[in-house]
Amino acid sequence: MNYVVGSLSVLATILVLAPLAAILFYLVYKGASSLNLAFFTRIPAPVGEEGGGMANSIVGSGIILVLASLMGIPVGIAAGVYLAEFGRGKVLANAIRFTADVLNGVPSIVMGIAGFSLVVMPQKHYSALAGGVALAFMMVPTITRTTEEMLATVPHAIREAALGLGVPKWRTIISVSLRTASPGIITGCMLAFARVAGETAPLLFTAFGNQFWNFNLNQPIAALPLQIYVYALSPYDEWHRLAWAASLVLIALIMVSVTLVRIFANRGVLKGGS
Amino acid sequence: MPSSRMTTENEPGRPVHVSDLRPGDKSGATTDTASGNSAQLSPIRAYLNQRGNGGFADNSFAGVVLVCALSTFAIVGLIFSVLVLRSHLSLVQFGWKFFIGQNWDPVFGQFGALPFIYGTLLSSFLALLIAVPLALGVAIFLTELCPQPLRAPISFLTELLAAIPSVVYGLWGVFVLVPLMRDVLGPFLLKFFGWTGLFDGPNFGVGMLTASIILAIMVLPIISSLTRDIMKSVPNSQREGVLALGATRWEMIRIGVLRNSRIGIAGAVMLGLGRALGETMAVTMVIGNHPAISKSLFAPGYTLASVIANEFAEATGNLYYSALFEIGLALFLVTIVVNAIARLMVWAVTRGTPARVG
Repeated sequence: MNYVVGSLSVLATILVLAPLAAILFYLVYKGASSLNLAFFTRIPAPVGEEGGGMANSIVGSGIILVLASLMGIPVGIAAGVYLAEFGRGKVLANAIRFTADVLNGVPSIVMGIAGFSLVVMPQKHYSALAGGVALAFMMVPTITRTTEEMLATVPHAIREAALGLGVPKWRTIISVSLRTASPGIITGCMLAFARVAGETAPLLFTAFGNQFWNFNLNQPIAALPLQIYVYALSPYDEWHRLAWAASLVLIALIMVSVTLVRIFANRGVLKGGS
Repeated sequence: MPSSRMTTENEPGRPVHVSDLRPGDKSGATTDTASGNSAQLSPIRAYLNQRGNGGFADNSFAGVVLVCALSTFAIVGLIFSVLVLRSHLSLVQFGWKFFIGQNWDPVFGQFGALPFIYGTLLSSFLALLIAVPLALGVAIFLTELCPQPLRAPISFLTELLAAIPSVVYGLWGVFVLVPLMRDVLGPFLLKFFGWTGLFDGPNFGVGMLTASIILAIMVLPIISSLTRDIMKSVPNSQREGVLALGATRWEMIRIGVLRNSRIGIAGAVMLGLGRALGETMAVTMVIGNHPAISKSLFAPGYTLASVIANEFAEATGNLYYSALFEIGLALFLVTIVVNAIARLMVWAVTRGTPARVG
């Protein structure tokens, strides 16, 4: 019986890792050949013509993510600070923690239509700003929880030493707690960033996509996951090729962030705990 | 008796009185000649009064941080209120029948959401059916059976599965899994399991089964990583106790670990369910998008999230919009309830340890 269970669990692991290997293999196999300079510098060409690229999507994604980070990261870190420093044991803090966890599980499409209602409908046009708002809604709960977890690892002795020297509480939090936990907080932000970078559903009705260059925050803007979605469902081979290449770029970006998170997390925990 | 305390030289033995000290120039305190002591401030006290105690900065910082923390409530409240507001028309017009109606025909104003509910529930249920045994197997392997050097790389790889965006799963599904289902898996299943009647009808590759498989792959990392956390939090004394009573390895896992973490694993499975219910992009690309209820697993279906993704940008008329918002509201409420129950179950087992995000 031991052997049966043992081999079944090994089989399960292989079955789980097989799709991962298949996805990565296909991404490289189908996408790597389409990655050239034109991909990163040109906008999509008319259907049937060669040589188009997805530069506008990459830049557009970058713009939306910067907007979302500017809105989401400060609010998330501040909320995490409240939960860790001011809210220990209070009922309100427990309620906020629970709500943040639950908010993490809300489907991204619901965030998308909420962003549509809140920003697009009053403004009467799609915009990069609306996309940023929808993504910020998704970043805040994630960053709140990871900031709180990281701040909880800061030893009390350091805080008490600072307070004992006469440093005001707000100064202690900023210069001592946050500074000590900063590697962990940064990795939390990067995790949230990587998660939101691949989200398509919130952008479907907020940023909407754009076939041309756009740097205006009040206009619809292209985004990498959006373009992958549109191109994947289209009937043109050229666009399929571009979709695979764009997926490869997206995955590479996310993998780099996740790996950096792993490296920094190990260092950060050791630093914060010692 | 002269004390060793520090006193002024005036009168050894008597402590310094406030009235003996001269008031400073900056204080501006008035001298009350009648009592002679209360209103005269020492230079130290005057300096400290002027300096303040930093209470304003502390309080305003605490206030700002509290406001940001309350933003979590604000986000949930905003989303809920805006969804209810925009779905008002449809709520008023259809009431309960919205969720029982089988007919989704926007052209004629028929909005029945039952096909979507069926599609969502069936695809999630099938996904869990596939994913839970696999996730349990991976968790058991990683916590109990895996050699130490392999543990970190394999767990890293399973978490990498969670990092892949939904569109990329959909892309891979459309170009790899769908042809596989159409040409290889479909006929295989039909040949061996056709007697169940679940595999009737034409097999185009896209359909409920393909969507369930992709959902299973997406939900697996969540269930497996949470299960691993829960299994690790079972104290070693339990394992050792069962082994000491003469159990084999598998019996030790079953009795010592799994039995203790049943509630937590149930919570992890529910979290996976919550993720599966709301998954949009990958499912939209491979489920076939046909609002009909059918017994065959090869038939195309439609889920709550897919209908919003597909039809929202092209909705005409206020009633159509409002029906789609109502579907969004239903999705929002269901996932909140499922996630809340799941988090409570996981928290009950891993008391105090913060639940893993995501």
